[in-house]
Amino acid sequence: MNNEQASSKELLANYQAKLDEEAREAKKNGKLVCWSASVAPPEMCVTMDIAMVYPETHAAGIGARKGAVDMLDVASEKGYSVDNCSYARVNLGYMELLRQYAKTGVKPEKLANSPAADVPLPDLVITCNNICNTLLKWYENIAAELHIPCIVIDVPFNHTMPIPDYSKRYIVKQFEHAITQLEGITGRKFDYDRFLEVQKQTQRSVAQWKRIASFLKYKPSPLNGFDFFNYMALIVCARSRDYAEITFRKFADELEEKVKNGVFAFGDKEKSRVTWEGIAVWPYLSHTFKTLKGAGSLMTGSAYPGMWNLEYTPGDLMTMAEAYTRIYINTCLDNRASELASVAENGKCDGLLLHMNRSCKLMSVLNYQTAEAVKEKLGIPYVSFDGDQTDPGNFAPAQFDTRVQALCEMMKK
Amino acid sequence: MLTLGIDIGSASSKAVLLDNGTTVLAESVVEAGTGTSGRARVISELFEKAHISWSDIALTVATGYGRSSVKEADRQISEITCHARGIVFLRPSVRTVIDIGGQDAKSISLDERGEIKNFFMNDKCAAGTGRFLENMSRILEIGMGEMEKCHFRSTHPAHVSSTCAVFAESEIISLLSNGVERDDIVAGVHQSIAVRACALANRAGVVDDVVMCGGVARDGGVVDAISKNLGRNVYVAPNPQLTGALGAAVLAFEYAKRNGVSHEQ
Repeated sequence: MNNEQASSKELLANYQAKLDEEAREAKKNGKLVCWSASVAPPEMCVTMDIAMVYPETHAAGIGARKGAVDMLDVASEKGYSVDNCSYARVNLGYMELLRQYAKTGVKPEKLANSPAADVPLPDLVITCNNICNTLLKWYENIAAELHIPCIVIDVPFNHTMPIPDYSKRYIVKQFEHAITQLEGITGRKFDYDRFLEVQKQTQRSVAQWKRIASFLKYKPSPLNGFDFFNYMALIVCARSRDYAEITFRKFADELEEKVKNGVFAFGDKEKSRVTWEGIAVWPYLSHTFKTLKGAGSLMTGSAYPGMWNLEYTPGDLMTMAEAYTRIYINTCLDNRASELASVAENGKCDGLLLHMNRSCKLMSVLNYQTAEAVKEKLGIPYVSFDGDQTDPGNFAPAQFDTRVQALCEMMKK
Repeated sequence: MLTLGIDIGSASSKAVLLDNGTTVLAESVVEAGTGTSGRARVISELFEKAHISWSDIALTVATGYGRSSVKEADRQISEITCHARGIVFLRPSVRTVIDIGGQDAKSISLDERGEIKNFFMNDKCAAGTGRFLENMSRILEIGMGEMEKCHFRSTHPAHVSSTCAVFAESEIISLLSNGVERDDIVAGVHQSIAVRACALANRAGVVDDVVMCGGVARDGGVVDAISKNLGRNVYVAPNPQLTGALGAAVLAFEYAKRNGVSHEQ
């Protein structure tokens, strides 16, 4: 593919497929494959030339392609409670099918029929509890079931801000321990020069990711916030590679061009703007978007994609530790509220739409308090809806529509 | 100018015909909701009562879960806005609306101008809704219309702790087999609904006047339990099932007036 001529959308699809292909190739050639939590630092593994696979993104893709139910059923059959996160259940269901396939050589029907991207089983896992503690047990479980190493980056919750130095020092020790573990697993010395280059690359990707977000300030907006949800795959899976940087630069350039030419996401039909708090409802991505679009309401704010604004100084592990711990859902209510308020303010939003996500307790638990604080600061109304990131059974389109309509009616006043 | 409000809910269909935004000329309720014949029946019943046809109506607003099925409607407005508007029409001093319908329980907080400040709805669960009450009435073999009398006869309300409709069923069966008085179980069921409704109301902020609407408000036992829980007087909208449709008719009138619509046009 000619990167110069390709659109950002084509680059996105191409690199996503390429990452999966690289993981399959790595597996075939006896190289290591690591399954990673979405906001765990990939820098160390990438330095060690380990192929990365991201179960959360993979599960989101399965959900968006309407393939979650089969995986959820397999997880249920294995005994995982429906109270568990649906990303975890989809992934553990998928893993079970991969295991059955590896064991018998016969592709299980649900795997053969699945729209899931074809990714290999891991040789190690890396997880980080900076976005939830489910990720610890989920990945420990994978490691225990597959008898593979589990690297844990333990990140304390930030009950107060700013982040204390002792927390950062503790996280730096976790990074250093992970490096030692990786040296043991690979049997190779860690290359610190390469590590620095990988960190620099990560920063270039993050800078372009932030550049995309900067277009939300335009009113009308050239950027539809739902596009963030689509492009997010690369900030998760390829931020330490140039794939993310190249794609995001292209996307931001396209947006720049749109601003120049007066091309906006909703044309002249942008009536209101909302902040979407929480993960997307992947199986109903199109429905949720269309309902908002039908009401002329454009999503121009979401704190969720901002979780990957992982800015730090390459070569400085203390700043890297800070970047990986200041994720807004890993911080106190005051900080969460001020983050969300600035997202809503930057996006010139008229209202907040809160996803009470059955799967993501940490993201949902303080929704009302956060929204109240934002309402007090910016005077904008909010509504919440019940949903789930990948379990379609936990979302009711009609209830969503009613709440969105009511929000739009409130925003109009 | 005649305006029509149609509320197609999950359990019933309601319609209100309003003259010049002030006088209710006719109203109709059919106990069949969205996806049933209710929609067509409620309209024809209303038209028959008022001796009118579609051509007499200046503007129609549809609301409720089945609002999109009313193809004749000029506008569709959420039931949150319609219930609020209907109650404000009936009682302008209202600041808190508690609306319990077939599958929804919601609390709406209004400002001095009667505009929505905030609202909270039940999550995806039947607990605390009309459907929950219906289930309990079936198990207790007491008609919905009888529940209120039982409530006020109760001397020692039972404690129904399960919020889940399925768990509550087994809890009630066990209360019955333990010989607990039916009247006391009914009062316990009402209390259980009140706890859920008041949690929503407290979240939205309770300010007088508190008005209850929705089909469940026809059961004075629930109203009594909510009033005791909140420690406030709770007014019941006349024809509480019809406030959504009434609000829709009022909003239709306001819209028609604003946009210069009349039935001649």
